[in-house]
Amino acid sequence: MTATTASPQPAAPRSDRSDEVRKALRTVDTGRRRKDRAMQVVVYVAFALAVIPLISVAWTVLSNGIERFDWYFLTHSMRGVFGGMDAGGIYHAIVGTFEITLGATIISVPIGILTAIYLVEYGRGSLARSVTFFVDVMTGIPSIVAGLFAYALFAVFFGPGISMGIMGSIALSVLMIPVVVRSTEEMLKLVPNELREASYALGVPKWLTIVKVVLRTATAGIVTGVMLAVARVIGETAPLLITVGVIDSINFNLFDGRMMTLPVYVYRQYSQGYVPCNDASAVCIPEINFDRAWAAALTLILIVMVLNILARLVSRYFSPKIR
Amino acid sequence: MTTTAQQDAPRVRTRRRRSSDRGVNRAFRITATGAGALILAVLAAVAIFLVIEAWPSISAGSETLAESISWFPEDANLLTFVGPLVFGTLLGSALAMLIAVPLAIGIALFISHYAPRRMAQALGYVIDLLAAIPSVVYGLWGAIVVTPVVQPVWEWLSSTLGWIPLFAGPAANPARVMLTVAVVLAVMILPIITAVSREVFLQTPRLHEEAALALGATRWEMIRTAVLPFARSGIISASMLGLGRALGETMAVLMILSPGAMYSFAVLQAGQQQTIAANIAAQYPEASGLGVSTLIATGLALFVITMAVNMAARAIVARRKDFSGAN
Amino acid sequence: MAQRIDVKDLNIFYSDFLAVEDVSMAIEPKSVTAFIGPSGCGKSTFLRTLNRMHEVIPGARVEGTVAMEGVDLYGDDVDPVAVRRQVGMVFQRPNPFPTMSIEENVLAGVRLVNKKISKSDAADLVEESLRHANLWEEVKDRLAKPGSGLSGGQQQRLCIARAIAVRPQVLLMDEPCSALDPISTLAIEDLITELKQDYTICIVTHNMQQAARVSDRTGFFNIAGTGKPGKLIEMDDTGVMFSSPSEQATEDYISGRFG
Repeated sequence: MTATTASPQPAAPRSDRSDEVRKALRTVDTGRRRKDRAMQVVVYVAFALAVIPLISVAWTVLSNGIERFDWYFLTHSMRGVFGGMDAGGIYHAIVGTFEITLGATIISVPIGILTAIYLVEYGRGSLARSVTFFVDVMTGIPSIVAGLFAYALFAVFFGPGISMGIMGSIALSVLMIPVVVRSTEEMLKLVPNELREASYALGVPKWLTIVKVVLRTATAGIVTGVMLAVARVIGETAPLLITVGVIDSINFNLFDGRMMTLPVYVYRQYSQGYVPCNDASAVCIPEINFDRAWAAALTLILIVMVLNILARLVSRYFSPKIR
Repeated sequence: MTTTAQQDAPRVRTRRRRSSDRGVNRAFRITATGAGALILAVLAAVAIFLVIEAWPSISAGSETLAESISWFPEDANLLTFVGPLVFGTLLGSALAMLIAVPLAIGIALFISHYAPRRMAQALGYVIDLLAAIPSVVYGLWGAIVVTPVVQPVWEWLSSTLGWIPLFAGPAANPARVMLTVAVVLAVMILPIITAVSREVFLQTPRLHEEAALALGATRWEMIRTAVLPFARSGIISASMLGLGRALGETMAVLMILSPGAMYSFAVLQAGQQQTIAANIAAQYPEASGLGVSTLIATGLALFVITMAVNMAARAIVARRKDFSGAN
Repeated sequence: MAQRIDVKDLNIFYSDFLAVEDVSMAIEPKSVTAFIGPSGCGKSTFLRTLNRMHEVIPGARVEGTVAMEGVDLYGDDVDPVAVRRQVGMVFQRPNPFPTMSIEENVLAGVRLVNKKISKSDAADLVEESLRHANLWEEVKDRLAKPGSGLSGGQQQRLCIARAIAVRPQVLLMDEPCSALDPISTLAIEDLITELKQDYTICIVTHNMQQAARVSDRTGFFNIAGTGKPGKLIEMDDTGVMFSSPSEQATEDYISGRFG
């Protein structure tokens, strides 16, 4: 290199370029930098904007609901409760929600898991393609349409005006099946093929391989998926409003008559509005219906949160380390 | 583990030597395939039973409908009855999407590319939890908390931007109007759109991000050249998921909106629009016979709309496939 | 005559972990400098500090100076964005933007600064860059096709075209051939030899024959053990390094006697 510096000709343009480079390194393209900063601000603002309503939801439900959220509220129904009475609870709604959701789970989980097994382990050709496609379509069914379906199904066989808990279970299972299929499918796909091949190599038949190796490896993930699916449908209101209706007393029978459920209870209390209090002698709380609605909403959110957190714990502590 | 395997192996082998697709094996395969086929059957059943129950209304003349259903408008037929409901459904969802999608992309970018890593993980959890809040809770919150808060804002909007048909005044008080519904719907679908977009943003290959940065891109330019194009189809399907939710959302609309049955863009006035889902839930308890049948017919319309949205999204995603991130 | 890049007392950290310790070297202009050494010795990390790509990783930072034409790249008045325009980079695995066509890929860097580049200028620049990267003849008929449709070697040359389209002073290459087959590797090596007419090139390679074939100077990095920082053991003209290195470790590594 030192040799070339002796001759001035190549050196001159190079030193020009050096100046250019020096300058370029020290220049900041203000326009671009400003845009970068502006977008950063936009992103931060978007985040802040979105956080406000989300905090507001959580806070109002908690602060308004905590007042009536007690043991009495959880263990009493609305039977014989009227006007602005300082009484009434959600026991009947908890019973209904529990039974109907359990029914939906019992219907959806086997169908969902078996379908996922079909798609991952057996599915070839046009049937598998259309199942995949229609599972996607099913994900997009509006919940109220699922409710209408359950009603239509029972109305065809039992005549119009029918209402019972199992109809709600069927409506919810229409919403739940695709979720279970999707999450189970994901989990089964995560099971490494080597495990299956190792099992075949030991002479284990395919079905036993699926049950003992594939499903067992994916159990934690499937349980998590099912719990999240339950959490999703447990808050569904519209289909239950249509199929199961409302009732004030406790009904344990899934196959006979109306049942109350938590989300419908929230709506029902809200839609009853303020109580006119004329009789000064009796205990009368004008906003009792709203108070009950908030407390029931709080219960519902707590159930959903617990399910979510449990689901995450299951997947964290029980998944085998396969990756 | 190894010992049991050794004990099991001979017994199993003798049983399966004959054929690989006999007995339990075969039964299991058929059961699984049957479950898959059942999905198709269920979906077909949804369509068939809805059509069966909607048929009396579809086949009935407009006079019959008006006579036997108390809330059915005079001199309307089924199509002119469903029309405004479809319009209201689309309007509400479109407004909700306009609000929610840009915000959701912003939040997702914040979580994936701006926030410190530890904070980002916590935020991801929170967003997932929020996606699980039941819609009836959002409805309750929207009706009781949001309505009074936004009323003055809508007042201001109608007085300053009233010349735009969308914001034509007078703004209703209480604000049981479509714009309030759209805001609440937007809040409801934010978490789901955010959650899916964030997943996709996080999947952007580091290679491509680094390629952009090495070319002298700023952070935003890197996001624009590497992250957003890669995530394009993911953003679209996330939005469609949100749109599907918004279209079918019943409770929030039912609890907030003061309904009407007009083709009206006036989203600040009460009694203008109604959505299909909320209309079903509102009229259902009072309906019987032909009334229920008419509501089911509108439900069928909603089913068709959501299916169409679903397929449109799929088509959009598929068309960009050869430029997609997977290579 | 100023050196193009002067590295002085450079310590490179990931959070609190000292990854590379106390590197000082001079990188000559318009020549090829190769960095060799065992895996994990910090040669790629070091390369990435030359265009401030190192700090993209959260918690990563450096101490010391990297001066280009006397300007410290880590100085307060220097924007990393400006540095990366002067110091281009080609990565281990070819990474054309999958959503862009071949043409858009070449123009990706240019479009960031100059949005309104005219159609004919753009076309000229695309042709020139692709010619420089020895790729023009192979892709001139399908410039609008996705870059991801090319073979690995072509993709890597496309990435080189993309890097030189912004006219940097220096080109960093981080094991550019490790994901390629021998024929593509040869094509890239030929290209490197041509490119050094115009650019200062630094290349990290695992392949010692490659270092011997393409580079003018070679630096050998080594690491005392896991958890210890990597160090620049020795740097000299490539011929000297491969025939009579002054350090025993270098000779062991080059002759393949390295543990």
